[in-house]
Amino acid sequence: MIIAFLSAVVLDSNLVWTEILQICLSCLAIASGLFFVLAGSIGVLRFPDFYTRLHAAGMTDTLGAELILIGLILQSGFTQTSLKLLMIGFFLLLTSPTATHAIAHSAHTANLKPKLGKHSFSKVQRDRS
Amino acid sequence: MRHASLLTLAMAATWLMLSGYFIGMILTFGFISIILVVWMTKRLSILDNESVPYLNILKTCKYYIWLFIEIVKANIQVVKAVIGPNAEISPSLIKIPMHTDIDIAQTMFANSITLTPGTVSVDVQKDHILVHALLKEMSKPEDFYEMHCRSAKAVSIDLKDN
Amino acid sequence: MVTFLEYFNLGAAFFIIICMVLMLGRLLGGPTLYDRLLAVNSFGTKTIIFLCIFCFIINRPDGLDIALLYALMNFIATIAVLKFFNYRCLGVPLIKEQIEAEE
Repeated sequence: MIIAFLSAVVLDSNLVWTEILQICLSCLAIASGLFFVLAGSIGVLRFPDFYTRLHAAGMTDTLGAELILIGLILQSGFTQTSLKLLMIGFFLLLTSPTATHAIAHSAHTANLKPKLGKHSFSKVQRDRS
Repeated sequence: MRHASLLTLAMAATWLMLSGYFIGMILTFGFISIILVVWMTKRLSILDNESVPYLNILKTCKYYIWLFIEIVKANIQVVKAVIGPNAEISPSLIKIPMHTDIDIAQTMFANSITLTPGTVSVDVQKDHILVHALLKEMSKPEDFYEMHCRSAKAVSIDLKDN
Repeated sequence: MVTFLEYFNLGAAFFIIICMVLMLGRLLGGPTLYDRLLAVNSFGTKTIIFLCIFCFIINRPDGLDIALLYALMNFIATIAVLKFFNYRCLGVPLIKEQIEAEE
């Protein structure tokens, strides 16, 4: 993949250096966003109880989604497409914490007790299995 | 009158951004629907600072830029907790005092607590928020005071003295 | 050069699909109702990102409207399901004082 990138980007003499910079930055943003999304998914599978899983899901919702949207905005330049992407990012920033708070609040009113205190969660899973 | 004109401007910008067509018929449709919405809002008498919050939009943008940096910092800590091999977490429920009773300031504060990974606001009462924190470093109530001040300033509301 | 970005976007889309499959595991095996709801909400967010990337792959930016709609629908669906399971009815006021006054 790196070889394909080098041969496609660096050796192509038609490109201006601003275009190369734009492509590199957008690939960097999308790749780090994908890393955060994957970490959030793993966290939702791995954490021991409901309230801690909320944190992992929130990580995906905020930084992962926003970074991928920023990368796509960098790819498209300043057009109507990028304005729509900004709008999607704005709605995600408003709605995802509200939905997370709603889920947490109704779990709290339904008397779901969180597991408190210091513990190592990889050990907990090993004990169960 | 100022609120009505601001609302008209914001809705026209949204229409042009989402449709992208500059044909006469489509623009007429947009014009008619904007007039309808402004008339209905006026009849419902909800034209005030809360439904048209565009006056302090610059402060809000500045606040969200500050919040984004905080989110990045907190994200790195949570990622370490998720991926680390024998990762240890210490969840705790803490009460954070609030020095305001205005709805929009409370909403802003609780929203930004939930946006920061590692802390989720579980219950909002009149004078405090119940927060579930994932790590030990995030569970000090004093650390939230700066975010409280900044979020109140972003919607231009003064805090009460404690 | 266009081809490199196309391949990159395709890889990103497949990556998102893998994450969605991981989230399905929590959806099927979640012990409580709230775990499942959390998984559905997170799945919806990943669907929005997937739709955005897919629009760039097939090079038709009209599809972003669908992603915008999905972002709003996802939120409303979560709130509606939560409200239904709390009160067993959708026509209940959400403000605390009104509920106490009615009781």
